[in-house]
Amino acid sequence: MMEAKRKWDVKKLGPLIGLALLCIVLSILSEDFLTMNNWLNLLRQVSINALIAFGMTFVILTGGIDLSVGSVLALSSAITAGLMAQGVDGFLAILIGLLSGTVMGVLNGIIITKGRVAPFIATLATMTAFRGLTLVYTDGRPITGFASDDIMFQMMGRGYFFGVPVPIVLMLVVYIVLYVVLKKTTFGRHTYAIGGNEEASRLSGLRVDRLKIYVYALTGTLSALAGLILTSRLNSAQPTAGTAYELDAIAAVVLGGTSLSGGKGWIFGTLVGALIIGVLNNGLNLLNVSSFYQQVIKGAVILLAVLLDRRKEA
Amino acid sequence: MRPLIDMRSIQKSFGSHTVLNGVDFEVLPGEVHALMGENGAGKSTLIKVLTGIYERDGGTIVVNGREVHYRHPKEAEQDGIVVIHQELNVIPTLTVAENIFLGREPKIGRTGIIRHKEMEKQAASYLRRLGMDLHPRELTGQLSVGKQQMIEIARAISTNAKCLIMDEPTAALTEREIQALFSIIRTLKEQGIAIVYISHRMEEIFTICDRISVLRDGQFIGTKRIEETNFDEIVQMMVGRQIGERFPKRSVTIGKERLRVEQLTKKGVFEGVSFSVRAGEVLGVAGLMGSGRTEIMEAIFGARPFDEGNIYIDGRPVHIRSPRQAVEHGIAMITEDRKQKGLILNMSVHENLTLPKSEQLATAGFIQSSKERDIVSSFIQRLNIKTSSPDLAVKALSGGNQQKVVFGKWLAMNPQILILDEPTRGVDVGAKKEIYEMINELAAQGVAIIMVSSELPEVLGMSDRVMVIHEGRVQAILENNELDQETVMRAATGGN
Repeated sequence: MMEAKRKWDVKKLGPLIGLALLCIVLSILSEDFLTMNNWLNLLRQVSINALIAFGMTFVILTGGIDLSVGSVLALSSAITAGLMAQGVDGFLAILIGLLSGTVMGVLNGIIITKGRVAPFIATLATMTAFRGLTLVYTDGRPITGFASDDIMFQMMGRGYFFGVPVPIVLMLVVYIVLYVVLKKTTFGRHTYAIGGNEEASRLSGLRVDRLKIYVYALTGTLSALAGLILTSRLNSAQPTAGTAYELDAIAAVVLGGTSLSGGKGWIFGTLVGALIIGVLNNGLNLLNVSSFYQQVIKGAVILLAVLLDRRKEA
Repeated sequence: MRPLIDMRSIQKSFGSHTVLNGVDFEVLPGEVHALMGENGAGKSTLIKVLTGIYERDGGTIVVNGREVHYRHPKEAEQDGIVVIHQELNVIPTLTVAENIFLGREPKIGRTGIIRHKEMEKQAASYLRRLGMDLHPRELTGQLSVGKQQMIEIARAISTNAKCLIMDEPTAALTEREIQALFSIIRTLKEQGIAIVYISHRMEEIFTICDRISVLRDGQFIGTKRIEETNFDEIVQMMVGRQIGERFPKRSVTIGKERLRVEQLTKKGVFEGVSFSVRAGEVLGVAGLMGSGRTEIMEAIFGARPFDEGNIYIDGRPVHIRSPRQAVEHGIAMITEDRKQKGLILNMSVHENLTLPKSEQLATAGFIQSSKERDIVSSFIQRLNIKTSSPDLAVKALSGGNQQKVVFGKWLAMNPQILILDEPTRGVDVGAKKEIYEMINELAAQGVAIIMVSSELPEVLGMSDRVMVIHEGRVQAILENNELDQETVMRAATGGN
C-alpha cells in the first residue's frame, strides 16, 4: 500500500523508540515492571485513554479538537448507571449509553459545521454543559450498587476473554477496525483530505460537513465506551468522572506524531502515545514518585517529545 | 558602467544533482533585468545563492566591486539586495507606516517609545517619492494585494535598497495595479535602483525590462537586450526547441448548447449574468480582477450562494447548491488558486488525482488500490506529469506539474462542462502549451469549456467567443474573429 511506504520511514519510528527506551529504563529501575500482572493492569488502564484518543485522532486529523470527551464519558456513564439502577436490562442500558455518546458527538459536529463555531470553542461549551447535565442528573452524587448481578455489564470492565481483560480486547478490536478505516476506506482518505485542505476538499465534491459530524460522533461513541469500562470497573458512576481526560487523549495523539494542524498523522502513533503515557504513570507509581512530581515529569516528557519532533521537521 | 551585481560561473549541486552549472548573471544599476526560464531551470536557486540562503559550490559573486559570501539574506540586505517574495510579508493589523518601519521604528532615545509623527512623516515622504497612492495611517489588512506589495517596495527603499528582486510580482495584481507597479518600477529606475524581474508573462517582460537572461536546466543560455530579441527567440532559449504556435489551433464542430445561465444575480457582487456555452466550445471570460468573474463561476459551481437566476444543463433546469451537486451534474472547476483551493498539498499525486472520484472507485467504502493505480498511471502518462513516483507529495512538484494534477483530478470524472479559472497562472511556457493542447482535446471531445483568464493573449488565442465582465455585469459577448486586445480591454473597463 502506498501509505505504508510513506509512513514507515525512520522518522515515524520516533514514538516507538521512545516507548522502548522508557520500558528499558523502567525494567532496570523496578523489578515489578516487566511482570505479566503489571502489564495487564497497565494495559487495562491504558485502554480507557486509548479509546478516547483513537476518536481524538480522527478529530485532530480533520484539523479539529474535542474538549468535551471527559464530560461525554461522565454523562453517558451516568445515563447507563441510572437506567440500570431503575432495573433496565444491562445490554439495553449499555446500548443506550453508547448511543447517548453518539448523540452528544453529533451535536458537537452540528454546532461546528452548521453553526460554524470553532471546534475549540464549541466543545469547550459542550464540555461545560454536558458536565452540568451530569451533575443535574446525578444530583452531584455517585450512582452505585446498580449492577451487582448483571454479567454483561460486569464483563466490560472486569471480565476476561481467553485470559485477556475485556477492556484490552475492546481497545485492540477498536484499534484494528479504525486502522483499517483510516487506511483502506474513502472515509479515512477523506479525513486526511479535509484536514489537509478543507476548501479544496469541498470543491472536490467531498461531503465535508457530514464527514466531520461522523468524526465527532465516533469520538463521542468511543468516549461513552471508555466511560462504560470505567464505570464497570469501579462499579459506580461518578459525576466527576473523566475530568481532564481530554488532555491525556490529546497528549497521546500528539506524542504519536499526529499534527494538531490536521491532515498528517496515524492511529498507530496514537496507540504508542497512549502506551507512553500509561507506562509513565505506571512506572512512576512503581517507583513511588509523588503524584505531584508525576505531573511535572509527564509534562516534561510531552514537551521533550514534541521538541524532538520539531527538530526532525527542520 | 560597473555592475551592481556580478555573478560568474556559479556552481551549485544538491547531492549528485547539479542545479546550477556555470551560470553568469550581471545586474547594472538602474536596469530592469528579467530572469527567465522554465520551472526548475534554476532561477530561484540562483537567487538563493545570491542572497546567502544557499552556499555556492563554485564561482564568484561581486557586489559593488567587492567579492561577497553572504551567509544570510540579512547580510545581502545590508548591501542593498532585497527580495520581494510572491507571498507578501505585511502585517494586516498594522498601519502602512508601521509596516514600512517594522523593526526600525524611530524612537525617543533608547526608551522604546515610538515617535509616531516622525515615522508617519518619513513614510509619507517615501510614498511620495515612489508615487504611491497610500496614506501612512491606513491599516494594511484592508488594502488590495497591489497596495500591500507597494508597502514592501517602500520598506525596501527605506532600507536603502540598491537592487530589488521581484518574484512573480504581477501574479495576483489587477491590470490597473500592474500599470501602477510599472510606473513605480520606472521611478525606481530613474533613481538608479536595479530590478531583477522574475515572471512567466512575456508581454510584461517586453514592456518593462531592459535585458533578459535565460536559464535552462541549470545552464546559462544567454543575456539579450530587449530591443535585439523577440518573443519566439526567448521561448526557444527557454525550452531549447521551437514549441511552434503559441496557441495551438483546433478544428472542432461546435454542438448543442450545454450550459445556459440566465439572470444570475448576487446582490453587490454580480447582477443579471446571462450566457450559454455549447459542446466543444471554449468561452473565454475576460475582465479586470475584482470584476466578479471568479464569483460568477463559483456560484455556477455551487461554491457560493446566489440570490436569483437559473442554470440549465442540456436544456433542463438544475439546482446546484454545493460543489458536490455540481460534480454530480458533470461540472468540474479548476480553481484560480491551486494551493488554497485546488490541491491537498501534503497528499500524494495519487491521492489528489483520485479525490473527486474516490467514492465511485471504492466498493462499500473500501478503496480499490489496483483500480486507483491504473487510473493514476494512465493520467500521469496522458498529462505528462513529471513526478518521480505517484506516491510523491504533490507539494514537491513544480507549478506546471501541480496544475496538471489539478486537471487530471477533474478529467478523471469525465466532466461535460469544465470551468477553468486562470488555468495557466504560474505555469511555464512549455507546460502552458501542454495545457492549451489539453483544452483543445477536451473541446474536441465535446466538453463545454469556460476559461477565465487575466492574460488577454491567452483569452484571444484560445476562445471561440469572449465574454467580458465589468463590475459584476456582462459588458459584452464578442465573437472571436480578429478580435483585438484593445476591444476587449475597452469593454473590460466599462467602454463599448
